[in-house]
Amino acid sequence: MLEIRDLHVSVEGKPILNGITMDVKKGEVHAIMGPNGSGKSTLSHVLAGREGYEVTSGTITYEGKDLLEMEAEERARDGIFLAFQYPVEIPGVNNSYFLKAAVNAGRTHRGEEELDAVAFMKLVREKMKLVDLKDDLMKRAVNEGFSGGEKKRNEIFQMALLEPRLALLDETDSGLDIDALKIVADGVNALRTDERAIVMVTHYQRLLNYIVPDHVHVLAAGRIIKSGDRSLALELEERGYGWVLEQEAAA
Amino acid sequence: MSAVDHYLNAFEAEAAGLPGRGQPWLDGIRDAGIERFAEVGFPTPRNEQWKYTRVAAIEKRRFGLPAAATPVTARQLEPFLFSGLACDRLVFVNGRYASALSSISEGEVRMESLAAVLKNEPALVEQHLAHYGDMKRNAFTALNAAFMLDGAYVHLPRNVAAERPVHLLFVSTEDGGEFAAHTRNLIVAEEGSSGKVIESYVALGDGGYLTNNATEVVLGANSELEHYKLQEESLKAFHIAALDVHQDRDSRFTSHAVSFGALLGRQDINAVLDAEGAVCNLYGLYVADGRQHVDFHTTVEHAKPHGTSREFYKGIIGGRARGVFNGRVHVHQDAQKTDSQQSNKNLLLSHHAEVDAKPELEIYADDVKCSHGATVGQLDDNMLFYLRSRGIDKEAARGLLTYGFAQDIIDHMSLAAVRDHLEGILVRRVPAAESVAGIL
Amino acid sequence: MGATSEQVESLVRREYQHGFVTDIENETVPPGLNEDVVRLISAKKNEPQWMLDWRLEAYRNWLKMTPPSWAQVKHPEIDFQSISYYSAPKSKDDGPKSLDEVDPRLLETYEKLGIPLEEQKMLAGVAVDAVFDSVSVATTFREKLSEVGVIFCSISEALKDYPELVRQYIGSVVPENDNYFAALNSAVFSDGSFVYIPKGVRCPMELSTYFRINAQNTGQFERTLIVAEEGSYVSYLEGCTAPKRDENQLHAAVVELVAMTDAEIKYSTVQNWYPGDEDGRGGIYNFVTKRGECRGDRSKIAWTQVETGSAITWKYPSCVLKGDYSVGEFYSVALTSNHQQADTGTKMIHVGRNTTSTIIAKGISAMQGEQAYRGLVRFGKGAENARNYTQCDSLLVGDRCGAHTFPYIEAMNPTAKVEHEASTSKIGEDQLFYCKQRGISEEDAVSMIVNGFCKEVMKELPMEFAVEAQKLLGISLEGAVG
Repeated sequence: MLEIRDLHVSVEGKPILNGITMDVKKGEVHAIMGPNGSGKSTLSHVLAGREGYEVTSGTITYEGKDLLEMEAEERARDGIFLAFQYPVEIPGVNNSYFLKAAVNAGRTHRGEEELDAVAFMKLVREKMKLVDLKDDLMKRAVNEGFSGGEKKRNEIFQMALLEPRLALLDETDSGLDIDALKIVADGVNALRTDERAIVMVTHYQRLLNYIVPDHVHVLAAGRIIKSGDRSLALELEERGYGWVLEQEAAA
Repeated sequence: MSAVDHYLNAFEAEAAGLPGRGQPWLDGIRDAGIERFAEVGFPTPRNEQWKYTRVAAIEKRRFGLPAAATPVTARQLEPFLFSGLACDRLVFVNGRYASALSSISEGEVRMESLAAVLKNEPALVEQHLAHYGDMKRNAFTALNAAFMLDGAYVHLPRNVAAERPVHLLFVSTEDGGEFAAHTRNLIVAEEGSSGKVIESYVALGDGGYLTNNATEVVLGANSELEHYKLQEESLKAFHIAALDVHQDRDSRFTSHAVSFGALLGRQDINAVLDAEGAVCNLYGLYVADGRQHVDFHTTVEHAKPHGTSREFYKGIIGGRARGVFNGRVHVHQDAQKTDSQQSNKNLLLSHHAEVDAKPELEIYADDVKCSHGATVGQLDDNMLFYLRSRGIDKEAARGLLTYGFAQDIIDHMSLAAVRDHLEGILVRRVPAAESVAGIL
Repeated sequence: MGATSEQVESLVRREYQHGFVTDIENETVPPGLNEDVVRLISAKKNEPQWMLDWRLEAYRNWLKMTPPSWAQVKHPEIDFQSISYYSAPKSKDDGPKSLDEVDPRLLETYEKLGIPLEEQKMLAGVAVDAVFDSVSVATTFREKLSEVGVIFCSISEALKDYPELVRQYIGSVVPENDNYFAALNSAVFSDGSFVYIPKGVRCPMELSTYFRINAQNTGQFERTLIVAEEGSYVSYLEGCTAPKRDENQLHAAVVELVAMTDAEIKYSTVQNWYPGDEDGRGGIYNFVTKRGECRGDRSKIAWTQVETGSAITWKYPSCVLKGDYSVGEFYSVALTSNHQQADTGTKMIHVGRNTTSTIIAKGISAMQGEQAYRGLVRFGKGAENARNYTQCDSLLVGDRCGAHTFPYIEAMNPTAKVEHEASTSKIGEDQLFYCKQRGISEEDAVSMIVNGFCKEVMKELPMEFAVEAQKLLGISLEGAVG
């Protein structure tokens, strides 16, 4: 469903991604790992359509369409969801209003009828259970005053609500203690289906103990220098990033 | 004779004897200063900048230039030194340099009497002197430009990190009479240099003199300066001062301004962040009681992008005193990504005291993060109760909390010896001072 | 963000929706101001001698005053001699007895503006005292109000029917020499509303006046006086919209509120006068003096305003808190776009003990809009335990606008406590991206964020007004944000 071909991306003239090629098929879970500054977050931002990134060459095809031609909200309505590393606070904007607008934007796009308030709240209650969030969250402003763990759980809750076909999880595990990590991981696992692809970007192997990926890629200096299955992650955990980098240098 | 005429006549009579007279560029500055002053005279409350501070008492006096020499002994200065601080020291008595009392170590940092520089090597300071203080904005700065007599020139050469702080000690004596000390300091930190300068203004006795100081600070790219300004003038004196700071890219300036003394104290601080990435921190503490009047006017000009400013000022006003704080942050159109915070908190301790606070934000750029806050009030009842519930009597509790309120500002100073010195003064100025001193 | 700004600009550039001119013959005094004009205005209205004397006193004071120059606004000097100081729809001479007699074209105008004068007013339960230019043409619900003793009429009628009441209170909050524009208003005020709520009465409906400036070159000098006697309550709504004009029109209104012991006055304004075109031509100059006095203990005055119109707004609805435990509130949303300028805020003067005030001011600047919050909080010597909380936030949209905050705090009592907070931010790129990533369009995201930004103020407005206000913000801002 997602094909990235030789993707080069610069920020303010400085190259960050230097030729990424990867394929993600529906139902697959990919983990992208790499040291700080390797370009992990850039990749997820480019996929989600954030402005400020210049794609200097390469292509991204999503469900047969040229993803780079689509606006961020079009991508979202077409089933791409980004769980933010730093979920944004929007003071004064009530969570329930925000989410209803998001859900209905997707429904309208798909030619479905908009949900009324009752149906929407029913849906919300059902999905909230997944990540153990309380009702009062809906009355609070988007992410404002949320603890780090609440913010991350809120991201997964939104994922459950919006039912994307391609979910990008950007460092969803960072800053979480082990209990919160388990809740988030359980939420994500519950959302794994044969139709839905998940791309996780992470710095730590820990997350992969709870969400077991089908494929693992190592990103360094803007390129995927090694791909493998879950055992690669375990090896990274044991030996650090050093050895892959050395291998790469030797090759 | 009007006040303006008095100073015009004085200028006519004294100009020839002022340091550096005859240097065309310097004469130009002095002449422009006296002309500007003659034009506007002393400010009145109709001038927004002086809305809450009347200077009629200064206008009424006829201050002359200080007498040439007043003997002061090293011993008399001891209370004003920072014990345990190894520093270079320039001492000025009634506004004139006193070499016998000063001690300057060998090193790369150049420091000397400004009067001497103006006489012997004026070209050294031509580029900077009187370039930053705006005579148009401030009549006292204009008056200072006309009459500037002496002060310090401190120069931090490129990439030099000064090992020792420089202490500029300005002492006024009671027997100097009703004089005006128009002191002028110029501190130049060249690219990549760093240093610390302490200006302190103190009195022997309780003379009714006027200090009219102007200090200019020029920071080159990536330089760093920590500046202390301690005002402990006589309680009958007038202290008017302007600190003008010009910052080049990535420079870091920190000001600690503390005001305890003077009957009327007015300090202007203006920092211009004139290149990208400059950082400016302004910390201030003012304590006034009796019939003291203290006024701080600060302006932070964010002229270029990615500037950061932090400003924290606190005031403790009791007796029949009046405290004024006016903090202006001006973000120019070019200054995107400016990050500015300002806070002013005041403790009002008496029914006869008054606090006037005016934090101002003036913003012409859109991608900025700016905030300010101001409070006036008294000590928190819950905190008082908490201390009392632990057995501390009410007055001592008030004293302790007042001390803690001020301590917060002093804590930002990097020089422990200066902190100790100020804490010593502070503890004598809070309610139930003796019990508080006992507890601390 | 480029695309965003363009969208925003296109929205901002929408022509003023209420820009049409009703063609009604006006009886207008030739331009110019002197004592004879003041006498003529007073004579036209058959005013008592004391009223004329008061006007003349104000006029003589005005001659000695100079226009204020401290506000953060720029405009060409106003030629007060080129303004006509009186105009009345001609039909007034016949005196409409009911709505049927009102010029149908006038009603049509209101219709276009969506003002609920007929069925709508019934539905909304709003009594409307519509002011067309300077003279009151229709007052409804008078009977229902008079049942409970509430007086709600034009100030001209009040001068005829209740001269002693007017005499007692007019100028008692805003004296005739208070400031330049208030003095001008006192000399030449044409009409306005008078509200009197007797002791213990809770006014059974929201009172509402729609102002409308119509005749070309006619200055509007409204005068409103509201008196709430002991233990009474009234909520008063003022909404404005003006037809499109090329020449600047001056509006210098005065509003005086008096709240006695345990009384409460809630005064809400939605101001949407013609702001000028996108090049800054035309538009209303809105120089208003609004002040309320909490005379009695435990009285309360709350000002709520949504200001989206006018080329220049100069306005500081204030509260003088004399009674012990009295309460003053000020909630404001001001939006300036294109070349609009606003210098607005409030004064909270704490005189009595245990007085409290709250100020929530939200400013939105877009395009080349300039905006300043200017406020004063003063605690007098006797203001024991007085409290103020002030919050003023600015939201910037675009890089050519300006937002300024000038709060003055004067504290003379150690037991009083003031807290002031201000912040300035822009609609963040990361906020917009977050919304877009959830499938929400940029326009929706912007309006969500703006409404969130203003929420604390909007919730203070009566329901029907809040809806109108939100719409106004939408019209003025949709597409203006980027």
